[in-house]
Amino acid sequence: MRRDDAHQPTYADVNRDVIGTLWTPSPAYFGWMSIVGLILTAGILAWTWQIYIGMGAAGKRTPQNWAMYITSFVFWIGIGHAGTLISAILYLFRARWRTSIYRGAEAMTVFAVMTAGLFPLIHAGRMWFAYWLLPYPNQRYLWPNFRSPLVWDVFAISTYLTISVVFFSVGLLPDIAAIRDASTGWKRKIYGVLALGWEGTDRQWRHYRRAYGLLAALATPLVLSVHSVVSWDFAMALVPGWHSTLFAPFFVDGAIFSGFAMVLVLIIPMRPLFNLYAYITNRHLDAIAKLILVTSLVLTYFYVCEAFTAWYSGDHFERASLFWKATRNYAWAFWLQYFCNSLVPLVLFSRRARIHPPTLYVVSILVLIGMWFERFNIIVPGLGHDFYPYTWGIYYPTLTDTLIVIGSFAWFFILFLGFIKVMPSVSIVEVKETLPHPLKDPHH
Amino acid sequence: MAAACILGIFAHVDSTVRAIRDLRARGFTDFSVYLPVPVEEIEAALEEGRPVSPVRLFTLIGGLTGTVTGFALPIWTSLKWGLVTGAKPIVSIPPFVIIAFELTILLGGLSSLLAILVLGKLPSLRRSPTYDPRFTVDRFGIAVTCSPDLVAAVRTCLQEAGAEEVRR
Repeated sequence: MRRDDAHQPTYADVNRDVIGTLWTPSPAYFGWMSIVGLILTAGILAWTWQIYIGMGAAGKRTPQNWAMYITSFVFWIGIGHAGTLISAILYLFRARWRTSIYRGAEAMTVFAVMTAGLFPLIHAGRMWFAYWLLPYPNQRYLWPNFRSPLVWDVFAISTYLTISVVFFSVGLLPDIAAIRDASTGWKRKIYGVLALGWEGTDRQWRHYRRAYGLLAALATPLVLSVHSVVSWDFAMALVPGWHSTLFAPFFVDGAIFSGFAMVLVLIIPMRPLFNLYAYITNRHLDAIAKLILVTSLVLTYFYVCEAFTAWYSGDHFERASLFWKATRNYAWAFWLQYFCNSLVPLVLFSRRARIHPPTLYVVSILVLIGMWFERFNIIVPGLGHDFYPYTWGIYYPTLTDTLIVIGSFAWFFILFLGFIKVMPSVSIVEVKETLPHPLKDPHH
Repeated sequence: MAAACILGIFAHVDSTVRAIRDLRARGFTDFSVYLPVPVEEIEAALEEGRPVSPVRLFTLIGGLTGTVTGFALPIWTSLKWGLVTGAKPIVSIPPFVIIAFELTILLGGLSSLLAILVLGKLPSLRRSPTYDPRFTVDRFGIAVTCSPDLVAAVRTCLQEAGAEEVRR
């Protein structure tokens, strides 16, 4: 039965509806899991092949040694940002509409950062030496170069992953206790251990609430800093088209933009699948679509600035780089980026489009494609056409790196699909907080 | 003489608030309240006269430790091996601010988590005897600890406030 927005659920309804999403999965769920699992297997095999053959298998040649892996790394880190924005920044602003979607968005953040974290390892080739980036005492008395943006990245990404996981787990704690109390047998035992003995006493809530607010306050500057640090991986280098102070806000905005598109890709199917119409309403879709529209307009402004400064700088190499991107080998990717990121989201000026799930879905997929290509356009053509003609080059994807990139999407979706069947994908506690409290004397 | 524990179960926020106020007025201060969801009215009634939660102290100490470590580690390690890169000073503060910032957030966040666990007495292996599974659904509970001769008074107080069920 589809419930419309007018019906107000009670506390018990929320428990029943949300815990109901954890019931035994349908054959369709296992079907999707199998498909995603097969794609992931192909990705893992490709990675194994790359380790066996060497980085040449991934089409890595000078000058384009960053290619698709770092493109995907930046893309996935960006996806995570919308989750933290919804869970931390909107929490501090007391935007109540966030309550029913923040859990899914937060899970998305954790899984996106877990996916992103794979790429530096895949890209490093000998990923068993990745720990060399961490500061630890060693027999050669060597320490990382803290002036290198790549080391900043290690700190920023590992902090982001840790804090996202902490924030996510802390938010889950009272909900896990609710599942524990609603389940029986071995499930009860497992959820019992995970709930850490949460009882919801005033003492526990009191410290919990304060700590949650502080975590939100810490995550807010963190989310803005992470993509800034990622952008400095590029902006600190002298490559034409990279060396710009515009990069930090440009990356952060693009990250939020693509992240919201991914939120829609995940929650639009969840609504009919789990019958969550009472919790994920048109108001939520409308609000997210508006945020996508705003971030798209800001991004378009940055695109204009980027092109304008390249021209206005008078720098020959900046101009040449931009001209080459727009007209030569990668021109299709360059114009695809503008089409997907600047033109398509304009549809969302119409309110009808903002609450029409199929339109939103198509827009979101195009935005994700556009944002992946935006990073591609920064990295691949950027490195392919810098100062010296003899270092220019064209990159061609190979089957190996293509399969690894596609496999990363499978890894992300397998984590998310697994999550929605073992943990509540809508926050039980926060949804209840938005409902009117049960009163004996409502007129009092 | 062993203390007795009485549990009142409530379906409504206003009756829970009333019970808390009545208990306080009659001199019972040793009680804990179970909530399925934090409710401002109940929190306001409970917080009267209580000091602010010390969680923020944990966060502050953790955050400051992160800041100090974030500066100390790069400075110390850079001085251990004075390798000049990019013609920059050995101790170049601006890039170290990034490390200090990240570690501030990291240790601040982890110590907030520690605060939830330490102050909330988690993890605990056993449910307390007064806990009821309905407290994670839609019922509020007040567990009062008092001497056995005051059990009747507490029971009356909880019932008068509108408890659905009162048990020992």
